[in-house]
Amino acid sequence: MDNPISHAGDFFGDNSPESTKILGRSLLDRALTALCIALSFLALVPLGSILYLVVKNGWPLLDWSVFTQLPPAAGMTGGGFGNAVVGTLAMVGLALAISAPPAVLAAVYICEYHPKSRLSDAVRFTAKLLTGVPSIICGVFAFAAVVLATGKFSALAGAVALAVLMLPTILLTSEQALLGVQKAYREASYGLGATRFQTIFRVVLPDAMPAIMTGIMLAVARAAGETAPLVFTALFSQFWMGSLMEPTASLSVLIYNFSTMPFEHQVKMAWTASLVLVLLVTASNVTAQLVFSKRHV
Amino acid sequence: MAAPAAATKDPVVSPVRSGPDYFLGLTVAACVATIFVLGWIFWEIFQEALPALKELGAGFLTGANWQPNRDRYGVLPFLVGTVATSLIALLIALPPGLAIAIFLSEDFLPLPARQLVRFVVELLAAIPSVVYGLWGIFVVIPLIQQLGTWCAERFPDVPPLAGPAYGNSLLTASVVLALMILPTITAISRSSLVAVPRTLREGSYALGATRWEAIFGVILPTAAPGIVAATILALGRAMGETMAVAMLIGNSPRLSWSIFAPSGTLASLLANQFGEAEGMQVSALMYAALVLVALTLAVNFAGEAVLRYTEKKTAGIR
Repeated sequence: MDNPISHAGDFFGDNSPESTKILGRSLLDRALTALCIALSFLALVPLGSILYLVVKNGWPLLDWSVFTQLPPAAGMTGGGFGNAVVGTLAMVGLALAISAPPAVLAAVYICEYHPKSRLSDAVRFTAKLLTGVPSIICGVFAFAAVVLATGKFSALAGAVALAVLMLPTILLTSEQALLGVQKAYREASYGLGATRFQTIFRVVLPDAMPAIMTGIMLAVARAAGETAPLVFTALFSQFWMGSLMEPTASLSVLIYNFSTMPFEHQVKMAWTASLVLVLLVTASNVTAQLVFSKRHV
Repeated sequence: MAAPAAATKDPVVSPVRSGPDYFLGLTVAACVATIFVLGWIFWEIFQEALPALKELGAGFLTGANWQPNRDRYGVLPFLVGTVATSLIALLIALPPGLAIAIFLSEDFLPLPARQLVRFVVELLAAIPSVVYGLWGIFVVIPLIQQLGTWCAERFPDVPPLAGPAYGNSLLTASVVLALMILPTITAISRSSLVAVPRTLREGSYALGATRWEAIFGVILPTAAPGIVAATILALGRAMGETMAVAMLIGNSPRLSWSIFAPSGTLASLLANQFGEAEGMQVSALMYAALVLVALTLAVNFAGEAVLRYTEKKTAGIR
């Protein structure tokens, strides 16, 4: 906006109302600082409101039975969402099993083998593009690739959708983790006569493991909260999960379904499920940070 | 004669002791699989969208009717809804987002206060989309309904503000979206503000600039490309955001000038209709998904390009 050099010119050239000008400038400065601080703390308000309402509305129904019982039918009271908790954990776990190995291996390639090769560039670029793909598109993909192919909505389809969502996150955070391993460690390992494979497995990966786990936990936290990839792949179910090839309940879809129901009890249950989901996601995030902070330098 | 010499030499010279590196092959396979996944996503969606692509062609993009029961598919209202909600969300989120980024990169308040704000913004990013939706239903919808009624009384002649005011509306979705993209804007803007070299700031102080003269005159212009990148990436995120929007926007396929009228976005359309879709509708929805992917990828691509350009450009002054 203002060019500081011209101000400096004013300051030295023109003397008359200088003191009032400086006063004006410093007042404007203070005002802008106050505005900036006020706007920053404004962001606390909605978050406070969300957390307050989730705890206030979710707390009354929260007890052990919600984890052991099935969702109430429309208009009925009681019940819980045990099957949704199981479904969420199962699908996120399966998605992790599908996506973590290739993601970490690809990260090893682009860090340890040929960081500057064309393949590495292509993988980094792909991962960046994948992080930009909306989560609902992961759902559309799983719908086309699994639901249409097998002819039914299933936990497997949900897990595939979540796996696509997690893949780039794990890959990119693992890359950062591997980059964080000191070069001296690798050189010392080679100096002792280790092969590349031995160096990667005995030295690099163990040292990077806490940071890789952090990336994985962040991906888990994100996937556990996602609804869009599940809403038309895993669908929902009123019953306990029997196999991977049937429609499966999840916490997030339960919140989505119950929040728009005209029954008070169902809406309350949606709030309770929100509380559980927020706790689950926050726990994963906090675990991620704790694991990371344990890393030795 | 040559044989014993080779035998003693071999273990020392060869860098690999145990034949070919099979692990390398495994990692290459993982890399190829990653690239394959992206291709597969496109191929799969394209394949399923093909019937609709053939039958509807470009008319799909300009048609304003979405009536699956009559086999009429025009995606224009949802396209407009997607662009409108994301742009309004950006408009709402940009001033506080930038203010927070500046607040975090300056030393107005002691470190604990800054850490608190940073923690809060990170927490905002961690809250699941459905929880935003649920909160929006009970908090934002009543507020917007009141605002809409008030606006409709005051400005009956201004089409975007004239009623009738609904709670489930374009503006409701935009407000919640704004909250959801705030962390993206803040994080990326902050890192580009922090990357501005100290010497530039000190130089402008030495020339007699006040703090905000330095911020507006030197720091923001230097960090501008990074902030632009943050804005574009946030736009991409807003366009793809699904659940909160689907719960709040009212999911109407009708075009309307009013920001207080129910609307729909591409993502909310997919979330609502895929579960029960059959036949041609599935294909039309796949076509809509294709449009959404193209849109978000283009936006993200632009954002990444700007970010990369910034890194190159500022590499010299760091």
